[in-house]
Amino acid sequence: MIVTINGAAHEVADGTTVAQAVRTLTAATTGVAVAVNDEVVTRSSWETTALSDRDRVEVLTAVQGG
Amino acid sequence: MDELIIAGEKFTSRLIMGTGGAPSLEVLDQALAASGTELTTVAMRRLDPGARGSVLDVLRKRDIKVLPNTAGCFTAGEAVLTARLAREALGTNWVKLEVIADERTLLPDPIETFDAAERLVADGFVVLPYIGDDPALARRLEQAGCAAVMPLGAPIGSGLGIRNPHNIELIVEAASVPVVLDAGIGTASDAALAMELGCDAVLLATAVTRAQRPDLMAEAMKGAVTAGRQARLAGRIPRRRYAEASSPMTP
Repeated sequence: MIVTINGAAHEVADGTTVAQAVRTLTAATTGVAVAVNDEVVTRSSWETTALSDRDRVEVLTAVQGG
Repeated sequence: MDELIIAGEKFTSRLIMGTGGAPSLEVLDQALAASGTELTTVAMRRLDPGARGSVLDVLRKRDIKVLPNTAGCFTAGEAVLTARLAREALGTNWVKLEVIADERTLLPDPIETFDAAERLVADGFVVLPYIGDDPALARRLEQAGCAAVMPLGAPIGSGLGIRNPHNIELIVEAASVPVVLDAGIGTASDAALAMELGCDAVLLATAVTRAQRPDLMAEAMKGAVTAGRQARLAGRIPRRRYAEASSPMTP
């Protein structure tokens, strides 16, 4: 299936979790937050939340600004 | 002790810093240290795997409380999602609510801002909204449960100072939550004026981060905020049309 991670399309195996999607970008688990299709997925649910085809995953962190 | 209190939390410094515009994390670190700030904003963006160092590390090392903002949002929906992501990533329910109307002026959109503020207050956030210098909107946001109001002095990054001091005074007179002058500060006298007008704090970034010597300007801003606050508390003399002798006129 195809999922979008921070705007880039990725071919991933069925059953891929949010945690696995995050690990394609970073090993960090603190200072990072995830939304799937504009809904926040809390960190405690990353391992148990499976992605679906065409899901949009956004992985955000704090940067300089404001 | 003359402390700034926002949502029950006490701050000795009345200078809130932003982090945008600094040429490097090292320069930012030195400027934050010189400013004496205890509360500093960060933005939320897509994680860049190639990024080296983090603004969060700088704040943590300096023991500065992080204030995530919703910079870059144009709608209430975007701002609410960004605030929730920031709460998840940073473990704070504080948010500087910033919903921009257009990219040319970067002026805050009052309708979207109010909508987002109501939703975030209902969701348990400590909401600090960035707004125009509009006394009516400031009052409505306070009534909606915001922990402070943050009117602009002038557009973001413009360095034009406080364009409508009268409106800032009107906001201060009516507010029972802290008023933070946010955006438009160009130099130290602007920050001092904000405090003399009765603002409880000043939030600035560009004036320091894009100064030729950021650390020196940060120190200047620290002094200006302190001096302005002291002048406000001291009570200035009334303005007079003619001279008033300070020495006895008779021999």
